[in-house]
Amino acid sequence: MTGTAPTAQTAGTGDAPTAFLEVRDLKIHFPTDDGLVRSVDGLTFQLERGRTLGIVGESGSGKSVTSLGILGLHNRRNANVSGEIWLNGKELVGSSEAEVRRLRGRDMAMIFQDPLSAMHPFYTVGQQIIEAYRVHNDVSKQVARKHAVDMLGKVGIPKPDRRVDDYPHQFSGGMRQRAMIAMALSCDPELLIADEPTTALDVTVQAQILDLISDLQEEFNSAVIMITHDLGVVAELSDDILVMYAGRCVEYASVDDAFHRPLHPYTWGLLGSMPRLDRERSERLLPIEGSPPSLINVPSGCAFHPRCPYADLNGDKSTTERPELVEVEPGHKAACHLPLDRRREIWADEIRPKL
Amino acid sequence: MFAYIVRRLIGAVLMLLLVSLVTFGIFFWLPKLAGQTTDQIAAGYVGKAPTKEAIQDTKERLGLDDPVLVQYGNYVKGIAVGRDFEAGPVTDHCPAPCLGYSFRSSQPVLETLVDRAPATASLAAGAAVIWLTGGITVGVISALRRGSLWDRATMVIALSGVSLPIYFTGMVSLQLFSYSVEIFPGGGQYTAITADPVKWFQALVLPWVTLAFLYAAMYARLTRAGMLETMNEDYIRTARAKGLPERTVVTKHALRASLTPIMTVFGLDLGLLLGGAVLTESTFGIPGLGRLAIDSIRSGDLPMVLGVTLLTSASIVIINLIVDLLYAVVDPRVRLG
Repeated sequence: MTGTAPTAQTAGTGDAPTAFLEVRDLKIHFPTDDGLVRSVDGLTFQLERGRTLGIVGESGSGKSVTSLGILGLHNRRNANVSGEIWLNGKELVGSSEAEVRRLRGRDMAMIFQDPLSAMHPFYTVGQQIIEAYRVHNDVSKQVARKHAVDMLGKVGIPKPDRRVDDYPHQFSGGMRQRAMIAMALSCDPELLIADEPTTALDVTVQAQILDLISDLQEEFNSAVIMITHDLGVVAELSDDILVMYAGRCVEYASVDDAFHRPLHPYTWGLLGSMPRLDRERSERLLPIEGSPPSLINVPSGCAFHPRCPYADLNGDKSTTERPELVEVEPGHKAACHLPLDRRREIWADEIRPKL
Repeated sequence: MFAYIVRRLIGAVLMLLLVSLVTFGIFFWLPKLAGQTTDQIAAGYVGKAPTKEAIQDTKERLGLDDPVLVQYGNYVKGIAVGRDFEAGPVTDHCPAPCLGYSFRSSQPVLETLVDRAPATASLAAGAAVIWLTGGITVGVISALRRGSLWDRATMVIALSGVSLPIYFTGMVSLQLFSYSVEIFPGGGQYTAITADPVKWFQALVLPWVTLAFLYAAMYARLTRAGMLETMNEDYIRTARAKGLPERTVVTKHALRASLTPIMTVFGLDLGLLLGGAVLTESTFGIPGLGRLAIDSIRSGDLPMVLGVTLLTSASIVIINLIVDLLYAVVDPRVRLG
């Protein structure tokens, strides 16, 4: 660490990247009695400080597994994690569990989906925040408690000096999620992963929580990964969108591109399944036919081909060859065999008018 | 909180009344139903070759000719306010709580119970310490190393521990550690702690371990199941996400949550044991309440049987009340009311 020349880390294959967070060819596989579950199968992306990346996809597409993988929360005994995760110049996959643990909570933190089950029922909200703060900061209980009260105030909990001694079950759903956010932010992490942070909440509370996250992101200048199946949430908060299907990225684009110029049939499907209140109500939503694939027997070729209405246009290429994720425009990547012009045509002529 | 405790205590008293009524009925009413006359019942207490006078005397002394309910009423009254016994020319006053006199030894029941209770309490308390620490430790390690050799081996041992009766494991341990290799004293060597703490300890080691083995086995399985469930909870993932060391995650977060169901079972087990560990006491010759109960039942010593039964019921009811109160302390979601 004190050497004069920057030496390449021995772990992983590549050099330290310049991006704040860089995930390279991340694979998370779970060996089971039924076969190998390829939950995440070669995921690559980058994220800078102050930016928000939305990861969208159906249930079982590998979103949550990815986020737990970044935090190193998979049990190394039953999950095979390979690839590279670079956080702030440090490679995590090859690091020891103790090293990753020290980063958890301090450099990277997570907001979970259901704050009632994600907080310990036997400890007060304050105790849980204090605990999170004191693992990484050598301070007295009084100082930590004051910090906890400050954090609760910052996330908009009224009378934080009193609520700090309440138990999670005494909070309302929205307040609980605020407390969860306060806990995640207590050590001022540079990377915040929010796994479906609003799914368990009332619609009226959802917007408040999203506002809160984006306000806090500005204040702390942290990088945020927003995992959701709700495109509305992504549209509101994210700078970029990563669409996942069967453990792989099928499209990566800026929010603007993803909503107005999407180039993957699966993204079209997601957009078609989204209810829109700002348009005249069309006859019905356009769901994607079929169901997400098994991650043990991932379809050959393009994993989306059994559900893709355009798979036939490529001859048998869709079933035999896996499409690579290629950059079609600066900052816009998609993995599809259809010729680019054809995709633009289909989007403009067939898909957009129906949304 | 106070109202809750009062309500539970009233419930406990009603419970004890019911238990005593049933026990009373079994010993006094059932024989009558079966056609035994009071003369025959009294004859049982007089001894060999009973004379008419002796039977008549016993009948009067014990009030056997009164209706069962009247006898029961007298008994309850004795507990509440004390009772006078007329034995010939002398009237003996038995102050509350009066559990009567033994039919056999003529000793006051309460005195005998107080005399026997320390042995049982020593046995139960020592065994409880061993089985709680042993059972929970083994259970936690097994849960964390699920499927490992340790897990499988301890669970097989635990299964045998649950299946093997005390009189078997007790005999084996006596044979091994007392008769073959003289490490510990043999059966029947119990000494009160007030008389000689060292001898007290030595005499109780084998009974403690034997009794604890049975319970530790159950608690290990219980803890293991609870821990396996808790370790999958979302809040355990949160605790890890905070960056807590695994040790803290296991003890402070997982074990704490797994202990509540164990607390309930422990209350029942300890309450029952404090009323007498019949098999252990018999196997090791410990003069506790369990031995007293067995001896009294054999000799039909009703007041003594009633006394032990009531004491057992009372200890179960009271310890359960304590457990329920503790529940509210341990789990903040529990509101007593």
